Amino acid sequence: MLDIKELHAKVEDKEILKGLNLNIKAGEVHAIMGPNGSGKSTLANVLAGRNGYEVTKGSIEYDGKDLLELEPEERAWAGVFLAFQYPVEIPGVNNVYLLKAAVNAIRKNRGEQELDAVEFLALVKEKMKLVKMKEDLLNRAVNEGFSGGEKKRNEIFQMAVLEPKLAILDETDSGLDIDALKIVSEGVNSLRSPERSIILVTHYQRLLDYIKPDHVHVLSNGKIIKSGGPELALELEEKGYDWIVETEAA
Amino acid sequence: MNTDIQNYLNDFEQLGNDIKTDWFSKQRLSALSLFKETGFPSSRQENWKYTNTRPIAKETFSNTSTRQSVSISAEEIDAVRFQDLDCYELVFINGVYSREHSRIDGLAKGTVIDNMADALAKDNSKNNEILKKHLAQYADNKVSPFTALNTAFIQHGTYINVPKNTVIEKPINILYLSKESAKPFAAHPRNLIVMGEHSEATLIENYIGLDDANYFTNAVTEVSLAPSAIMKHYKIQQESLNAYHIGNLNVMQDKDSRFESNSISLGGSLVRNDIHGQLDAEGASIVMNGLYMTNDKQHVDNHTRVDHLKPNTHSSENYRGVLNGKSRAVFNGKVVVHPQAQKIEAHQNNANLLLSDNAEIDTKPELEIYADDVKCSHGATAGQLDQDMLFYLRSRAIDEGTARSLLTYAFADEVLKDISFTPVKNRLEYLIVGQLPDAKLIREFTNE
Repeated sequence: MLDIKELHAKVEDKEILKGLNLNIKAGEVHAIMGPNGSGKSTLANVLAGRNGYEVTKGSIEYDGKDLLELEPEERAWAGVFLAFQYPVEIPGVNNVYLLKAAVNAIRKNRGEQELDAVEFLALVKEKMKLVKMKEDLLNRAVNEGFSGGEKKRNEIFQMAVLEPKLAILDETDSGLDIDALKIVSEGVNSLRSPERSIILVTHYQRLLDYIKPDHVHVLSNGKIIKSGGPELALELEEKGYDWIVETEAA
Repeated sequence: MNTDIQNYLNDFEQLGNDIKTDWFSKQRLSALSLFKETGFPSSRQENWKYTNTRPIAKETFSNTSTRQSVSISAEEIDAVRFQDLDCYELVFINGVYSREHSRIDGLAKGTVIDNMADALAKDNSKNNEILKKHLAQYADNKVSPFTALNTAFIQHGTYINVPKNTVIEKPINILYLSKESAKPFAAHPRNLIVMGEHSEATLIENYIGLDDANYFTNAVTEVSLAPSAIMKHYKIQQESLNAYHIGNLNVMQDKDSRFESNSISLGGSLVRNDIHGQLDAEGASIVMNGLYMTNDKQHVDNHTRVDHLKPNTHSSENYRGVLNGKSRAVFNGKVVVHPQAQKIEAHQNNANLLLSDNAEIDTKPELEIYADDVKCSHGATAGQLDQDMLFYLRSRAIDEGTARSLLTYAFADEVLKDISFTPVKNRLEYLIVGQLPDAKLIREFTNE
């Protein structure tokens, strides 16, 4: 599904990723953990194709394609979805219109029939339940005036509607209280499927209490320095990042 | 003698005797002599610093209505009418009133809507009294030579008188339509709206070029609001891209009156809009919304001025511009708080979106405050499309072109969101989308 090899990337002339390797199979959930500044969000943004993130070396193969050759929208058409760490507010652009345009752009590019208003509404109603999305948020401008928790919930709601093949959740847990974290996690869990791969980018272990990953990777200074199962996250929680960074460096 | 203005003086001489000898003739002559003295404004004048009127001055336009007449079919007019809007409507073709195409029957008793030329000519003592009291009282010939020129040539235009306690339910739609004629022409529409105590009306001034003709519209509108009168005013400027448009709106407001101005500028090669609100009694308030969208080599200048003459008056202003190509726009918003005008509130904002590296905006808020207990704010911004928003939309499968258009539309739409009159709002949204690339896609996106 996703094969990242020797990935080097820089932001504003500063090298952030320094030879990252990662292989994810269909249906797997991988957690990428690491201290601040280790390159977690850079990885998420490189995968989604954000401007200003320059890949200087290495490759990313996604679903048999060279991901780095694709524009952000082409990645979305191909099933890549990024749940943003800081979802932007877009005044004047209606949340539900955006979603409908997104669904139909994806369907159109896959040669599928576009959804009409009735079909789309039925889809939205079904997915709203997953994240207990409040109906009035739907008809507001994208994220405008949403609380931090509502923004994150909206991201997962969009993910539910767009049904991506590869979802990257960038610090989705940050800024969530425990109730919101539960709701968001339940939403993500319900979207787990054998065809869908999920990358959870997180600083803290607590998200992984709710979403059990198949693999946990520790990112430090632009490289994955340790990989393991869910138990690795617990160990990190107990001993902190310093422990592992020092152990690996030794 | 300044040769630029000779043509205007000659045309004035050719006007019929009925115009030159009516009760207004003295004021015409003094306006004309003022124009003769000053000529066209020069960019050395602060008020015209960023707008060069040379292109208008150096062309020869015909100012006499008989030479301007062309015929326009009912179908052509229908194409630019509001769809399904029940309204009173006045139609002017190249500056000349068309009775045939206008519909102003069924007015409430005492309300007058008329062609200015007819109102001036009528021997109706009550009408004359109102005209004499208000005409050329609020638009100052000394402030702009264009106003003086208009005053000298007052003929066609819209005269509205709404008596006390009268609410005009249907909006009044004025279509100033222009079309190629034998000679490039100048039209000097003059509108006067007199609103009685507790009266209400909605007025829409449309300036529409039906083809790419070269002409000059020099419009002046005066509005007088008696205590507690309410007027919603819309100006939609869609002149030909080869036309010049100078528009001057002057509002005099009495106690607790409310004026809402919405000025949308889309057409014209060289455009100047002036709005002047005078809050002359406590409780008076004015709202000014504006949007200008420019492309290619268009030049659009918006100057506004609010005088807070008395305490407890309010003004708020929100102008937005979207500039593309090599176009240039000017925004100058002046607020003057006079001595003794305490407890006033004045807010102003101007935001600009520059879609091209070659577009230019000159924006200047000006506050002159001579009172100490006031609440004032102002802000001006100029920037490009927000990269984070653009990326967010693209990551949600929206292609780059559509995402850009959508964000541009959203930016412009901010000005329209407060428009309380839905048919105008819908029409404006439609027009604005039409200015964008991918218009069809954006319409699909925003309709439903």
